[in-house]
Amino acid sequence: MTEGGTSLFTIILYIIAMGLLFFSFLKNKQKTKMALEKAWKSFENILPQFLSILIIIGIMLALLNPEMISGLVGRQSGWSGIVIASVIGSITLIPGFVAFPLAAALLKSGAGLMQLAVFISTLMMVGVVTIPVEIKYFGKKVAILRNGLAFVFSYIVAIVMGVALK
Amino acid sequence: MRKLIKRYKFAILLVLIELIIVAIYPSVGKKSLDITWSSTLEMLAVLPPIFILLGLLDVWIERETMIKLMGEKSGFKGIALAFFLGSAAAGPLYAAFPVAGVLLKKGSKFSNVLIFVGAWSTTKIPLLLFEATAMGWEFMALRFLIDIPGIALIAYLTEKLLNEKDKQYIYDNALA
Repeated sequence: MTEGGTSLFTIILYIIAMGLLFFSFLKNKQKTKMALEKAWKSFENILPQFLSILIIIGIMLALLNPEMISGLVGRQSGWSGIVIASVIGSITLIPGFVAFPLAAALLKSGAGLMQLAVFISTLMMVGVVTIPVEIKYFGKKVAILRNGLAFVFSYIVAIVMGVALK
Repeated sequence: MRKLIKRYKFAILLVLIELIIVAIYPSVGKKSLDITWSSTLEMLAVLPPIFILLGLLDVWIERETMIKLMGEKSGFKGIALAFFLGSAAAGPLYAAFPVAGVLLKKGSKFSNVLIFVGAWSTTKIPLLLFEATAMGWEFMALRFLIDIPGIALIAYLTEKLLNEKDKQYIYDNALA
């Protein structure tokens, strides 16, 4: 499966959103207009942070290439490799359809399973780059707690997977 | 105009940094521009339905309804709904937070909102399918099984570690 998997769901999401929007329009034009205004306002409200994230992703991924990551998280890299993998996973923001093929390629080129598990888990659950967005809605304390707990939890995931999938 | 520049000053600064990189290291700079551009297209492709649904949710769902579904006393049903909504999502994690804001505004229990964010981050169905093809079903299924209690635990602990004032601040912020 290629990108199709993700975009199929995006299409389903579009169909649901458009269907509900149409239904809403039939029921109440005024409310539908309010909903669209609300949608735009929410988007515009968070746009500066979104743009910053997009630029940071660009710079970061241009600097970090797969060979470099592969060298850092090899099977022999042990705990230091796990720690490095978790830090890279926490600070980078890679969309799933890039991350999983990358992880599969890393596995083939000799990266360790635990290193990859912690990398994938932190990649998905911990977002250092997106913390400003999170703070905007949840406040500092929650953002730090949630990310901190997710970081620790990723090690548990790695250890369980390392033991179970040996 | 001034207000606009102030809001976007960090983004503008980052654009300048990216352009400086292009000037000094053209190959890295060009690659970073390409990645920023393709990420932007990806974001623009996936965000419209999310924000439209957010708008519809805000306008049509009564606060009382949301409290019944995901509020303080929603129990297991609220937890299950939070997991389902997060897992059925598409799009990057940062798009989950505005939706989480509306869920809070409508009176969802805080731990349920955190479960929603947790599920969005890691048990999204489209991503699971993708993970299975890239890493194998065993890897995906095991990670999924560990993640379900993990997400619940993170949500529970985070809420436990907040005091009433912290929570009040978050709910007030969502209403503003």
